[in-house]
Amino acid sequence: MAAVQTRSERALNRVAIAAVLIITLLFLAPIYWITSTAFKPRNLATTIPPTVIFEPEISPFVKLFTKRSQLRAAPEPDDYAAAPWWERLVFDGGEKVVRSGRGDVQLSGYPNRFMNSLIVAITSTVLAVSMGTFTAYGFSRFKMKGEADLLFFILSTRMLPPVVVAIPMFLMYRAVGLNDTHWGLIILYTAFNLSFSVWLMKGFIDEIPKEYEEAALVDGYTRLEAFFKIVLPEAATGIAATAVFCFITAWNEYAFALIMTNRRAQTAPPFIPSQVGSGLPDWTVIAAGTFLFLLPVAIFTFLLRNHLLRGMSFGAIRK
Amino acid sequence: MATVVMTSLDSKSRAASRGLSDIKIRNLFIIPTILFLIVFNIFPLIYSLGYSFTDFRASTNAPATFVGLQNYRELLNDPFIWANFAITAKYVIVSVTGQVVVGFGTAMLLNREIPFKGLITTLLLLPMMLSMAVVGLFWKLLYDPSFGIINYALGLGSFEWLANPDMALYAVAITDIWMWSPFVMLLSLAGLSAVPRHLYEAAAIDRAGPFYTFFRITLPLVAPILMIAIIFRTMEAFKTFDLAYILTSQPTTEVISIRLYKMAFQEWQTGRSCALAYIVLIMVLAITNIYVKYLNRVKER
Repeated sequence: MAAVQTRSERALNRVAIAAVLIITLLFLAPIYWITSTAFKPRNLATTIPPTVIFEPEISPFVKLFTKRSQLRAAPEPDDYAAAPWWERLVFDGGEKVVRSGRGDVQLSGYPNRFMNSLIVAITSTVLAVSMGTFTAYGFSRFKMKGEADLLFFILSTRMLPPVVVAIPMFLMYRAVGLNDTHWGLIILYTAFNLSFSVWLMKGFIDEIPKEYEEAALVDGYTRLEAFFKIVLPEAATGIAATAVFCFITAWNEYAFALIMTNRRAQTAPPFIPSQVGSGLPDWTVIAAGTFLFLLPVAIFTFLLRNHLLRGMSFGAIRK
Repeated sequence: MATVVMTSLDSKSRAASRGLSDIKIRNLFIIPTILFLIVFNIFPLIYSLGYSFTDFRASTNAPATFVGLQNYRELLNDPFIWANFAITAKYVIVSVTGQVVVGFGTAMLLNREIPFKGLITTLLLLPMMLSMAVVGLFWKLLYDPSFGIINYALGLGSFEWLANPDMALYAVAITDIWMWSPFVMLLSLAGLSAVPRHLYEAAAIDRAGPFYTFFRITLPLVAPILMIAIIFRTMEAFKTFDLAYILTSQPTTEVISIRLYKMAFQEWQTGRSCALAYIVLIMVLAITNIYVKYLNRVKER
């Protein structure tokens, strides 16, 4: 009887493992597809049946970073020889393509948008995490009347729909000239991430035993010294995890960026979809832009893997 | 009462005589954050509350005229706005249900001895970390009727997903399910792994069937954490903008955030859109309230 049960249990386990593998592959398929498209020759990107095996090319990335009008004809040998090395990496449908042997290479809009995304995401992360850490310490260590209400107020600001906040912010920014500036977006993202940062950091600081600081206070440290020398180093992992979460949120944000910026301070999320435009988009270039944009997030997700649960539940569930 | 707490705190601290007092530090640490949030979140909302009673249009220089409750009255009597709310409700139901089924199902499968469990879980979590706007963009490639890989894999020929008014909302929901089922999975997994083993052992000794064990042991114990996932996803799906806006421009996918965006930034009916924003805001705050209550309940356990 017992042997039968274990055998059926083992079979059940095997079915579960197979199901998990299939689900994992299904979930990764879209990401694999956009990644492989970023390295495809253009004529193989939109074939039926889909092309799975191909010789990877770097031309989508060269096209992504430089401004060009598509040339279909084969280049003149002289032009080809005079072209810079990266131009010689560009193929179209397997054919060599060179824009022109001479003339300055102009950057496309992409590198600029990528830089804007970096500037805005990093600055707002630094602001949100530093303010959030101080505030979390305040809430964690000192008693206060109406503490629960204040914490609810802080959390509720995170839940506001972006479009609702964007209408008055757009009018106010227009009045003070903050539309289409880095600072305009940085302020919005800092406000958005601040509540998250307070909640998450409070969870991390709550876990640091109070006795550490009390011992330091007995040793003659002031409260501020104890905070900087004892609490901050202990909270380093929590600060790093919170920072990565804030960075990813700001990096991914779309609605505010769409409404508040249009050119100078535009970040990548509103820019990448605008490349599709009308007519026949070059999906290899769009895929290349998408791939580069998603890459940092994918790396961070692996670094964060042990803190994801905590971050996603605003520090409510610890593990 | 408050003063009593503060003074006791102050006198207890030996550091009080050196450096800053505890109350000063607490205020120094907390007040800037509260002020920042008031200036950049609450003040704008007060500002837009004012505009919601006017016929202001940000595209013209004409001064705003006070119209009282007219915007609210018109919006609440507008069948098109109610249609937008109905679309949003349908979207919330389809996408949250899908996420719970897929996410909880996957968590049940993962809640056993599985090789490379950590790696698999991390890989499964990847979609929810990505930018919704960019995900929407590349799902356009997957949904393409002529060369999309979805039609090819399912043998659907040149089936229209996004250009088909009846299908578009489901297509958006499917993408949302792909992105956010991992979130439900993550929370469910935490709940499932917290169920004490001895309960299952006791159930096995009592020869309880798998259904009985699931409905009497597993589900009740996971329910609070699953509820957090459901309420949070409901709130997020209710606010959804990026995915639907990027994937399609069908009237059948015009969820309330897209209507609000168009009213404010394409039709420039600023006053009216502020009124609609307030109606949406009240609904979101109601859901937030339920969410926080649950969060606190789970925390206290």
